[in-house]
Amino acid sequence: MTDIKTWIDNEVKSNDVVLFMKGTPDAPMCGFSGRVVQILDHLGADYKGINVLESGEVRQGIKDYSNWPTIPQLYVKGEFIGGCDIVTEMFQSGELKTLIAEKTAA
Amino acid sequence: MALGPTGTNIKDKLTRAFQPQLLDVIDESHLHAGHAGSHPDGESHFRVKIVSEAFAGKSRVDMHRMVNAALADELKSRVHALAIQASEPK
Repeated sequence: MTDIKTWIDNEVKSNDVVLFMKGTPDAPMCGFSGRVVQILDHLGADYKGINVLESGEVRQGIKDYSNWPTIPQLYVKGEFIGGCDIVTEMFQSGELKTLIAEKTAA
Repeated sequence: MALGPTGTNIKDKLTRAFQPQLLDVIDESHLHAGHAGSHPDGESHFRVKIVSEAFAGKSRVDMHRMVNAALADELKSRVHALAIQASEPK
């Protein structure tokens, strides 16, 4: 358990934008994951998709790590942003674009 | 569409937990019939719109965590997906 936590911690801190999802950005396996992919692609965000279906350990591990019961989960600069609903809300209000631009500016 | 037993339970629990000023529980299971996590008898996918003083000053993530915590039992069993729109009164 400690190992998976360390691995997740490293992923979210060493990549600017990380999406834990079902499937891959090219082939999402769930409508909610697919919607977040569409939003990130629309914003032109450079992000890393991590497919939780490839590992039961990661799938449970990210839920514990974030204290969040569902997938997808979006991280920006190590900070948990939310799941599909929050990402959608923040996209519609323009907050997500600003957040990603500000946080990932070199 | 009238709520089934699971939807009614969700409504009751949220009412008790947050004394909401606005609460709308919508069963969207029919939109997901046959998808991953759907249940043959429905009541697997819900959307909740809730406005409560309990959310004052909370971040979106906190509001969602509060709703998820109140419905932890349902999320562990029957409910596969819960879409949440939570806010404090304007």
